[in-house]
Amino acid sequence: MFTYIIRRLIGAVAMLVVISMVTFGIFFVVPQWAGATPEAMASRYVGRAATPETVHLVAERLGFNDPVVVQYGRFVKGLVTGAEYDYGAGVEQCPAPCFGYSFISGQPVWPDLVDRLPVTFSLALGAALIWVLAGVSVGVLSALRRGSFFDRLSMGTALAGVSLPIFFTGMISLVIFSYGLGWTPPGGAWTDLSENPAQWAYNLLLPWITLAFLFAAGYARLTRAGMLETMGEDYIRTARAKGLRERDVVVKHGLRAALTPILTLFGIDFGLLIGGAVLTETTYTLPGLGQFAILAIRNQDLPQVMGVVLIAACFVVVASLIVDLLYAWVDPRVRLS
Amino acid sequence: MRRKSALAAAATAALALVLSACGGGGGGTAQQPAQSASGGAAQPAFNAGLTSVYNPSTKKGGTLKAAHSSDWDSLDPGDTYYGYSFNFGRFYWRTLTMYKPGPGPEGNTVVPDLAEGLGEPSDGGKSWTYKLKSGLKYEDGTPITAKDVAYAVARSFDKETFPHGPSYLNELLAWPKDFKGVYKTPDADYSSAVEAKDDQTVVFHLNKPFSSMDYVVQMPMTAPVPKDKDTGAKYKEKVISSGPYKFETNEIGKQFALVRNDQWDPATDPNRPALPDRIEVQLNVNADDLDNQLIAGNIHLDIPGTGLQPAALGKVLPDPALKARTDNPTIPRLWYVSVIPDNPPLDNINCRKAVMFAADRVANQTAYGGEVAGGEIATNVMPPPIVGQEKFDLYASEGNKGDVAKAKEALAACGQPNGFSTTMVFRADRPREKALAEAMEQALAKVGIKLTLKGFPASSYFSDYAGNTAYVKKNGVGLAGHGWGSDWPDGYGFMQAIVDSRTIRDAGNYNLSVKNPEVDKLIDQASAELDATARGKLWVDVDKKVMEDASILPVVWAKALLMRGQGVTNIAYNEGQSMYDYILLGVE
Amino acid sequence: MSFLDVKDLKIHFPTDDGVVRAVDGLSFSLERGETLGIVGESGSGKSVTSLGLLGLHKGGRAKISGEIWLDGEELVGATAEHVRTLRGRKMAMIFQDPLSSMHPYYTVGHQIIEAYRIHHQVSKAVAKKHAVDLLGRVGIPEPDRRVDSYPHEFSGGMRQRAMIAMALSCDPELLIADEPTTALDVTVQAQILDLMRDLQREFNSALIIITHDLGVVAELSNDILVMYGGKCVEYGSTDDIFYRPEHPYTWGLLGSMPRLDREPTERLLPIKGSPPSLINVPSGCAFHPRCPYAELTQGKSSTEVPALAESGGGHLVRCHLGKAERRRLWETEIKPVLETQ
Repeated sequence: MFTYIIRRLIGAVAMLVVISMVTFGIFFVVPQWAGATPEAMASRYVGRAATPETVHLVAERLGFNDPVVVQYGRFVKGLVTGAEYDYGAGVEQCPAPCFGYSFISGQPVWPDLVDRLPVTFSLALGAALIWVLAGVSVGVLSALRRGSFFDRLSMGTALAGVSLPIFFTGMISLVIFSYGLGWTPPGGAWTDLSENPAQWAYNLLLPWITLAFLFAAGYARLTRAGMLETMGEDYIRTARAKGLRERDVVVKHGLRAALTPILTLFGIDFGLLIGGAVLTETTYTLPGLGQFAILAIRNQDLPQVMGVVLIAACFVVVASLIVDLLYAWVDPRVRLS
Repeated sequence: MRRKSALAAAATAALALVLSACGGGGGGTAQQPAQSASGGAAQPAFNAGLTSVYNPSTKKGGTLKAAHSSDWDSLDPGDTYYGYSFNFGRFYWRTLTMYKPGPGPEGNTVVPDLAEGLGEPSDGGKSWTYKLKSGLKYEDGTPITAKDVAYAVARSFDKETFPHGPSYLNELLAWPKDFKGVYKTPDADYSSAVEAKDDQTVVFHLNKPFSSMDYVVQMPMTAPVPKDKDTGAKYKEKVISSGPYKFETNEIGKQFALVRNDQWDPATDPNRPALPDRIEVQLNVNADDLDNQLIAGNIHLDIPGTGLQPAALGKVLPDPALKARTDNPTIPRLWYVSVIPDNPPLDNINCRKAVMFAADRVANQTAYGGEVAGGEIATNVMPPPIVGQEKFDLYASEGNKGDVAKAKEALAACGQPNGFSTTMVFRADRPREKALAEAMEQALAKVGIKLTLKGFPASSYFSDYAGNTAYVKKNGVGLAGHGWGSDWPDGYGFMQAIVDSRTIRDAGNYNLSVKNPEVDKLIDQASAELDATARGKLWVDVDKKVMEDASILPVVWAKALLMRGQGVTNIAYNEGQSMYDYILLGVE
Repeated sequence: MSFLDVKDLKIHFPTDDGVVRAVDGLSFSLERGETLGIVGESGSGKSVTSLGLLGLHKGGRAKISGEIWLDGEELVGATAEHVRTLRGRKMAMIFQDPLSSMHPYYTVGHQIIEAYRIHHQVSKAVAKKHAVDLLGRVGIPEPDRRVDSYPHEFSGGMRQRAMIAMALSCDPELLIADEPTTALDVTVQAQILDLMRDLQREFNSALIIITHDLGVVAELSNDILVMYGGKCVEYGSTDDIFYRPEHPYTWGLLGSMPRLDREPTERLLPIKGSPPSLINVPSGCAFHPRCPYAELTQGKSSTEVPALAESGGGHLVRCHLGKAERRRLWETEIKPVLETQ
C-alpha cells in the first residue's frame, strides 16, 4: 500500500512535469511557428502605441530573448529554489515554490493562488454536498419508482440540468432571485468563512445551487442506472430473505454497491472543480481559481497560466489517488498493488 | 488610443443590430430640464445626459458602487493607458491640467488642475511652463511641489518598469542621452527634459515645437509622486493620493475602496465636487452580470464606459423605461479597413482607389450594426467629435452603395482590368468585424477583386498578424479590419498613431497602411502650429492626404449606448473623456 | 393441520405480453423435521414457489392467491411487514449461487451478524460470537479468523457453508434451499448435502429442497413434488417417485439423472423439446407436446386439463393415462431401460 502511494506520487510528479512542459510549449513554441519574434510576444504586455524601445525592454525583462529551454529551466528553478523580482525601486525575494510574477500586473503568482483557493474550495465543497445528496436521493427514488411520474419528471429535469450551461442558468437565477426577488445577493458577493459563516453561506447559496444543479443531474442519472442494476442483484434478494427492512435493503445493500462508480466520478469531478469552477466563478464573479484561470488565459499571462494549470493538475492527481485508495476501501475485491 | 475592451466591440455590434431593427432615433431628442436640489426627482429621458447634467445635486455622502468587467492595466498614474483609468484616476490624482468637467462641446477643452493656468509656451513651442497652485498636499499632509511633478514625469520614462503608459513624453521631451530612468540611473539630471525651477514651477523642454502640450499634461504622467514613497512597479499597490480620495484597501485584480482624503483642499480644486464619502470598485465582474446589476440598481457605475453588452441591449432598447436611462453619444472612434500598400498590386494607388470605389458603404455600415448604433457612415478619417474636424468625401457614390464603373476605371489604370486577388484579415472574435469582412468580400467581387478572408484572435492580432510587418508581407495581406479611438479630441490625439509612418516597427503596429512621406510632413507641421484654428485646418489636410492616398477605407464613426446608474446624481457625458464624467458623480 | 400447509397457491405476473402463470394452483404440506423436494426443469415455477412462500415474489405487480399456513398463521393475507419479521427468523432461504448471493462489499461475518441482529436485540460482539459459532458448526476451519473474510476470499463450497450458516443464524423452523448445490463441484455437492441433512436433524426444521436434479433429493427427501408448467404433475414419497413413478415427465427426469458412472450430458430417456412458456401454457395437459404417450389418450391430452388424482397411499398423479396403463408402461418400457444402465 505504501509503495503503491509512493509509486503513484512519482507518476504524478512526472505527469506535472509533462503538463508544465506542454503548457510552456504551447505558449512559446506555437507562436514561434507562426513567426512571432520575442518582441512580438512582448508587445502583448505593453500599453497601446508603445515604442519599439518599450517593447524591447519588456522582452528583455520577461526573458523572451532566451531559448525556450532556458526559460523553462528558469521557471523550474524558481519553483525549487525561489526567484528574485526587480520592481524598479528594489528587488523582491520570491521564496520557493515561486511560480513567478504576472506578466501583466507584476504580482507574484503563488500568493494569488493561495488567496483564491478558499473561494473555489468553498464553492466546490458546498455544491458537492448539495449535488451528491440531491443527485443520489433523486436517483434512488427514481430507480425505486421506475416509470412513475416522479421518475419521468426528475429524469427530464436531470436532462435539462446536464444540457443547460452554467452561464445561462447562473445568469437567469441572478436576474430572477437576486435582481428580481432580492432573495439572494448580487453577483460578486463573497465573504470569507472565517469572517462571517452565515454571510459566507448566504453569498454562496445561488452559485452552490446552480453548480450543483449541473452535477446533480448527472449523478441522479448515474445513481438511477446503478440502482436499477444493483437492485436486481442476487444479494439484494438475500438481504430481503434475511428479513431486512426495505429501507436498509435499499441503502445498505443496494446503494452501497451503486455508489462505487459514483465515488470515482465524484473524485474526479471534485478534483477538477477545486482546480477552478471556471464557468460558475466567471458567471458569479467569484474571485476563485477558475476566474483566475480565465483571466490568465485571456491576458496570455504565462506565469499565472502555469500556476493555475499546475495547481489544477495537482488537485486532479491527488483526487484520483484518493479515489483509488477509497475504491479499495469501498470494494474489498479491489487490491492495490 | 485609449484601450477599449474587446467585449465593447461585440456589444456595439449587437446594439447596432437591435437599434437598426427598432429604427429609434439617436439625435434630435429634446432635452428635459433636469433640476433638483438634492437629486432624485429628475425625469429620465433618452440622451438626457449628453448636453446637460442629469439629476444635478450637491448632496454629499453615501457610497458610489462601481464595477469593472476586466481590470486596470495599473492604478499607478505613471503606468496606465485606459480611457476609464484617466477618467476615474482623477478621484485620487491631480494633473497639471484636466478636461473641463461637464456636458457639451466645452468638455473638449482643457482647464488648469494643479496648475494655476494653462501652459505658457516659449521658444516657439519648444518649452512649456506650468505654475502650481499653493496649498496643495498629499494624503499624508506633505506639500506637493513642482519637484514631485517633475519626478513623476521622469519616473514614467522607465518603460521596463512602466510598460503600459503612453510614450508621448518619452518622445517629445529632450531627455539626456544616458538617461535610463530614475531607478537605473538614480543620479542622472533630467532637467533638460523636465525641470522644477522652484517649488511652484515646472518647465517641459521639448525636442521640437509641439502645440498640443496642454492635452498631453492632462494625462496622468504629470500626477505628482513623492520620491520617498515611490516603490517602482509596486507603487500601484499603494498610490499616494493628491486628489479628493485616497485608497482604503486595494486588492489587485479583485477590488479596491477609496475614502475621503482629508488633506485635499477644495479651495484649490474648483473642478471636483467630491460628493460620495466612499467609492467601492469591484474588478473582473462578469460583463453580462454587470449590466444586470446596473439595470437593477445594485451598482451605480460601469467603469469601462464602453456601453452595454449585447444581452442587455436586447432587454433595454425595447423597454421605454430602461431606454430612458441611456445616452447614445457619437464617440471619437472610427471603425475602418486598412488598405495595405505592402504587397502588389495594392502598392499601386489606383488599385487602392478601386477598393475605395468598389466598397459598399451601406453594407459595411449594416455589418457594423446600422445607422443608429453602429454609427454614422464615415467618409473620412477624423470622427465628428474631434475639435476642428471637417467632413468630406473623395469617393462619393450613388446612395453610398459603391461605384462599379469608377472602380473598374481605377483597376484599368492600375493595370489590373480584370481584378486581382488578395487577403483580408480580421479579428475572428469580433462578430461585426467578421461581418464587415464578408460584406467587403461580396462588394469587391463585383469588380473582380477576389478576397480570401482570414480571422485571428484579437489578443494577438496586432502583435502577430495584422500589425506584424513580416506576417503581412509573407502572407500577401492586402486589407485588415481595424478600429481606433482618440487619446484626446484633437487631430494629433486621434490621427498620429495610425497615420504617421514613422511609428511603424516590426510588430505591434497600429498604423497598418499609411506610409506616405507627405502625410508625415503635414503631421510635423500641424504639431508645431500653435494657433488652434490653423492647427485644426492642418489636421484636416492630413485627413485629406490620407484619403487621397487611399490607404484607409473608413467604415463608421462609432456610437455607444451608456446607461445611467440608478440613484446616481450629477451625471453628464463628457466629450473629452468620451464617457460619463466620473468625478462629478454623487449618490442620492 | 401440518406445520406448513400450502393450498391452491397461484402466483401470476401480468406483463405486456400476457399473464405469466408461474405458479398455478399448487398445494402441499410439510411437517417439522421432514424434507420436501420440489423438482422440475427451469421455468417450471419451482423457484417462484419458494420466493412466494417467503413473500419475496417480485414487487407489487405479482398477483398471489391461495393460502399459505405456516405454524397456524396464514401468510398470503398477512401484511408485508409481518411477513418480513418472519423471514430469516421463522423461515430462511439458501440460494443457488453463493458468490452472487452474498454482498461483495461486506465480510461474511458482517452479513451473518446483520441477519442475526435483525431479529435479536443483541450487541455486535454477542452477534459476532454467534456468527463464529455458526461458521464452526457448518464446518469452516478457523471460524474466528474467517469471520472477517470477504465472500470472494472463500472457495465455492466454503461460501455455500457460510450461506447456510447465515440462513441458520436465527434457528428457522422452515428452511428453503433453492438449488443449493448446482453451482458447486460434484465432490463438494455431496459434502453440502450431508451438512444440510445433519443440520436439519439437529435443528428439527422443515426443509424444502428445490432442484432440477432428482439425484440431489434422492437421499434427503421424505416426499417429492414434481412441477411442470406451474403445476404439480406428480407427488409422492421418495420411494413412490423413484420406484413407482407414474408420470411420463417424471420418467424423463429419472432418465436425465446424472450419475457418477456416466457422462453427465448423456441422457438415456431424453425429454424432447423445451419447457413451455408460462404465458402460453399448452392447452389440455401442459406436457402433451413433449409426451411420447400423448396419442394413447385419443386426443384428450390436448383438450382437457387432467386432474391431480390419487394413485394410492398419498401418491398423486396428473395424467390422462389410466393407472394400469401407466404401471404397464413403467414396468415394460421404462424401468428395464433405466436398469440396464
